[in-house]
Amino acid sequence: MSTELVLLALLMAAVTYPSRALPMLAPGIERLPPRMLLYLRLVGPAVLASIAATETLVRADETGAYHVVLGVEIIGVVLCAAIVAWRRNLFLGLVAGVGVVAALRAVGVG
Amino acid sequence: MTASAAPTLDLRAARRQLLLDTAGIAVSAVGFGFVFGLAARGAGYSPIEAAAMSVFAFAGAAQFAAVGYVAAGLPWLPIVVLTFFLNARHLLYSASLAPRLREVPLARRALMAHVLTDEAFALAATHFHRVGRVDVPGYWIGAVLGVFIPWNLATLAGVLLGGAIVDPSAFGLDLVFPAAMAGLAVGLATGRREVVAAGAGAGIGVVLSVLLGPSVGIVAGGLIGPAIGMVMPDPGTHVWPESDLTGLPVDLDAAVDDVAHLGEDGL
Repeated sequence: MSTELVLLALLMAAVTYPSRALPMLAPGIERLPPRMLLYLRLVGPAVLASIAATETLVRADETGAYHVVLGVEIIGVVLCAAIVAWRRNLFLGLVAGVGVVAALRAVGVG
Repeated sequence: MTASAAPTLDLRAARRQLLLDTAGIAVSAVGFGFVFGLAARGAGYSPIEAAAMSVFAFAGAAQFAAVGYVAAGLPWLPIVVLTFFLNARHLLYSASLAPRLREVPLARRALMAHVLTDEAFALAATHFHRVGRVDVPGYWIGAVLGVFIPWNLATLAGVLLGGAIVDPSAFGLDLVFPAAMAGLAVGLATGRREVVAAGAGAGIGVVLSVLLGPSVGIVAGGLIGPAIGMVMPDPGTHVWPESDLTGLPVDLDAAVDDVAHLGEDGL
């Protein structure tokens, strides 16, 4: 059984723990400039949207070159995002998005 | 979120309410932990590796992001960089709780920090507000019973049971990861600046991924997008963002306000 990614998990923990612990262990250290706090606040939506768009739209061909590909997956991802925006329920969005794509694939679309 | 304004409850009654709140969070954590386990299995994680992610990193969005990177065979450096930025918001939660925990022994605070998530913060802040003071056992109830244990058990269930599914893509399970990322982004897009940052991040991510590869594109989108969002005027209205472990609302604005007003209200 592979254990290589345990090291990655520890590295991820090493860069996460300071954000969780430093203000608790050394109060006052969190007093960052307001612009920095705003930037940190905006990183979350930007990173997640960047990942979602790239994972959905960008594919590598046989030569290793990357292209934009419009597949049936877009429908599921957009549906999930729309349901989250509407109902504020991520789990419901995931079930709907995955279900629609599974149904489309079952009838030979995508 | 000041203690002085809190309608205080009897500790026993407050803990009963906390347990009810915790049960709701736990159910949601089980659902997402299971989905993470399935996604990790699909990306080639062994059960030990998936469990290590949930025990040590213990951060939903970052764990999902790592699944995508590992599946694509990308280097670890972008994963670690994104993890740092994705989880930097915990600084605000920790700063919000820190003044209330000054009397707690250092070693215990160090442990409390590891299980500080969106949900743990939301449950603890609400509970402390109800009782009008710090209740350390209440913190553990929310953070460990509500999130850490359910998330980890569900991760194991997902990664172990996922092997029984012969063709995950036939069930659309390959879509779980990008759809979860999109949904979480929408949940965090609580104002104009966040929406612009997300849109810019997505556009930059796709263009640079085509030109330079996803390892560059995704990181660039995540780091340049916020800079573009910052130039937008702030309309001053926000709705609550959602947690990255359960998708439930978490009052990040309150945490930001708490940090901004530390020292002004005697916390």
